[in-house]
Amino acid sequence: MASNSLILEMRGITKEFPGVKALDNVTLKVDNDSIHSICGENGAGKSTLMKVLSGVYPYGTYEGSIFFQGQEMRFKNIKESESAGIVIIHQELTMIPELSVTENIFMGNEITNNGLINWHEERRRTVDLLEKVGLNIDPDTLIKHMGVGQQQLVEIAKALSKNVKLLILDEPTSALNEDDSANLLELMRGLKKDGITCIMISHKLNEIAAISDAVTVIRDGQTVESYEVVAGQVDEDKIIRSMVGRSIENRYPEHESHPGDIIFEVSNWCVEDAEVSGKMLCKNSSFNVRAGEIVGFAGLMGAGRTELMRSLFGRNFGIYKSGTIKIHGKEVELTSVESAIEHGIAYVPEDRKTLGLNLLDSIRKTIVAADLKKILSGWLLNPDKELAAAEEYRKALRIKTASVDVGVNTLSGGNQQKVVLSKWMFTEPDVLILDEPTRGIDVGAKYEIYKLIHELADQGKAVIMVSSELPELLGVVDRIYTIFEGTITGELPASEADQESLMKRMTVTSAA
Amino acid sequence: MKTIKQVLGGDLRQYTMVLALAVLIIVFNVISGGRMLTPSNFQNLLSGNAYVLILALGMLMVIVIGQIDLSVGSVAGFSGMVMALAARDYNLPWWLAVLLALAIGAVVGAWNGFFVAKLGIPGFITTLGSWMMFRGLVIWISQSISVPAPEELRFFGAGYLPEWGPTFTGMNNSTLVLGLIGIVCFAYFQLKNHKRQGEIAGGVQDPMWAVVTRIVLVSALIGYFTWLYGSGRAGTSFPIPGLILLILIIIYHTLTQRTTFGRHVYAVGGNKNAAALSGVNVSRTYFLTFMNMSMLAAVAGILFVGRATAAGPADGTSWEMDAIASVFIGGAAVSGGVGTIIATMVGGLVMAVLNNGLMLMGVGSDKTQVIKGLVLLAAVAFDVYNKSAGRPSIIGRLFGSGEEKKEG
Repeated sequence: MASNSLILEMRGITKEFPGVKALDNVTLKVDNDSIHSICGENGAGKSTLMKVLSGVYPYGTYEGSIFFQGQEMRFKNIKESESAGIVIIHQELTMIPELSVTENIFMGNEITNNGLINWHEERRRTVDLLEKVGLNIDPDTLIKHMGVGQQQLVEIAKALSKNVKLLILDEPTSALNEDDSANLLELMRGLKKDGITCIMISHKLNEIAAISDAVTVIRDGQTVESYEVVAGQVDEDKIIRSMVGRSIENRYPEHESHPGDIIFEVSNWCVEDAEVSGKMLCKNSSFNVRAGEIVGFAGLMGAGRTELMRSLFGRNFGIYKSGTIKIHGKEVELTSVESAIEHGIAYVPEDRKTLGLNLLDSIRKTIVAADLKKILSGWLLNPDKELAAAEEYRKALRIKTASVDVGVNTLSGGNQQKVVLSKWMFTEPDVLILDEPTRGIDVGAKYEIYKLIHELADQGKAVIMVSSELPELLGVVDRIYTIFEGTITGELPASEADQESLMKRMTVTSAA
Repeated sequence: MKTIKQVLGGDLRQYTMVLALAVLIIVFNVISGGRMLTPSNFQNLLSGNAYVLILALGMLMVIVIGQIDLSVGSVAGFSGMVMALAARDYNLPWWLAVLLALAIGAVVGAWNGFFVAKLGIPGFITTLGSWMMFRGLVIWISQSISVPAPEELRFFGAGYLPEWGPTFTGMNNSTLVLGLIGIVCFAYFQLKNHKRQGEIAGGVQDPMWAVVTRIVLVSALIGYFTWLYGSGRAGTSFPIPGLILLILIIIYHTLTQRTTFGRHVYAVGGNKNAAALSGVNVSRTYFLTFMNMSMLAAVAGILFVGRATAAGPADGTSWEMDAIASVFIGGAAVSGGVGTIIATMVGGLVMAVLNNGLMLMGVGSDKTQVIKGLVLLAAVAFDVYNKSAGRPSIIGRLFGSGEEKKEG
């Protein structure tokens, strides 16, 4: 039997899919009232392990045993694990946008009197729950009117409503800005005091270091290391070493840029919100990028970085008001994505799954999708050319896959991102806009993407990189623009910038 | 078992529908005492269902793009009626009347496409409106009376390939040539595909003997049907509507699998936003898909009028349902992005054979309708079950996109 100080013990968990051993004899021990972090590269088996724990993969489809609060558990489905007190909050939030906070919190667990919903009671409890998570909003607010950070808190409130004892958070801060992230971590500390144990899966090592009591590292379906730590004194490099199985001396590759002439120049770009008339998403934005230069855009979530980039990319977002784009010194009018691509611009969107990929497609079809003209022979698409292109990028970017004919949905996040990058490199752009190119991918794959970005710059392309992670920008780019509420508030060479100086410019208005 | 798998070239389950079709034909043939597999029955089966299968070609693309078109039956009826009226009342030559019908199809398609693509109204609602409008218009302009069609159209609706050449072949020589072309094309594409498989790193290449066995088996099958169609009573052979269908299948298979436009249709159906960010003009793709659908509806209407020798006010009633059913039995996804022309044709043939076989058995149209409904549900439920069990769609990816069609 498990000792009493353990809330959860997973012993010898092995889970096989046809042809793949996703988990191989994994052991996980979690202490009562602690915050336990699980790290590992994408595809290491973290999510599979959590699915085993929560009953998504029912008892009998895996080997090994699960002890929860000293008792062996054999969950058949999520409902059973939830009633035992284990709740997962997934990376992709599962709230229904058209319903209110109250309705979402009690979704599936409605409080009823004789078959009718007791709204009064539900609302009263919602107010209590919201207070616990430190959210001061009307319980009748619709989810769609809330920010991602607030939605995340509602998710936690929903978990609390189910009498949760063990809360699993899968990449909880991946979509949050720094303030919301800090707020969430603080909340987790509070939950710990209230006797709720948290398991956090995260790629953000600084967050893991800040709050963890214990760390388990999983690699290739096996537990590599598991040890207790003191929050705030975690050796991040040690975690990285065990995650990737090799030491990464430097998280950012060395690179020296050789900027040439200005080839991409934007002046006084103004864009209005398509939904709220009069609200400006971009105000008089002007910037330029040289050939062979990597320019970073730093800004908090919602500052207008993505909106600016997408409106530059063939007016794909918002309503264009005024402003000009010059490519190679010549003014161009890009009124559609098609024309933007023709003029040598490529845009890698921040959200891979909803904007970057058609998850039904195979790798080879995806790679050529943005420039089908290149594989035409007369009127028809030429499968041989398509295959040659797909193979070329599979090799060049080291996309890990059995064959380019398999679906992109079978790939891990890092490899999916490589496919998206291949798709845009295939269009042979002069200007490459990368919106959060390393979001949700693991340390090893990040390093490869950074190197790729450097190679693209060395080929003389102008690279624009939008990122929420300041260390990443400082480590990779040559020059940084800061943006706040749709206005470009500063411009600094990366060599002179640090996180503080950037953050200052990301939070003040230009008037200040 | 492994041997059979290799011959079929991949997943056995992919062939469930083809197998079901074969079983249906054989069972009906036994029950009806051999009346299923006769030249005249199969000639009728093809010319009597060609118009629904033609509608299904367009419907597949509409469904792949994530929409639906309910108006095709009414549009088919309307264009057929306008054609008949123009020929009778304004003495238009038959070919001009046909062109007029096609033009009407294009205009109606542009009408539907405008609302869907430019105004963003769901296809279901747009075409529900057109469905009512054009049904009403057919009855209005015809005053509820059938109108005789130009004599020449009979060739397209119910004609046969011509007879020529030596008689020692024992069958219609046009049909024989068609069958031989089919066999040669199948063998050519199989070998080409085999070669291409070998070039994919990490891909699985079927062994040569399996490919050869497959070619021999399919050739035998094409040969059998060539004989079946070619050996009927004098003057009959492979029907003209069947030939038109065959040509359209080749065109639309190529269009969906091998052209930029086809890729765009799948891209928009799979993920509209990602498609837009990859430079696909989403609204133009919607527009063209709807326009194409209505033009095919006009073709179906013309063939039907030709076969019936007159345009009736009720022509086309509930054809849209048969076309939609064919597409879904063929494994397309309601959410869009998935489905192929070839699988849709197999789905349509399952419906056609069911109709035909039950009729031969003397089952009334009431009961036939019930059975068809159950088959549709069963086929889709089976497909969904297989998908939810984490397996690849059985019929949805029937004959992977790289493969070429069978003919015959």
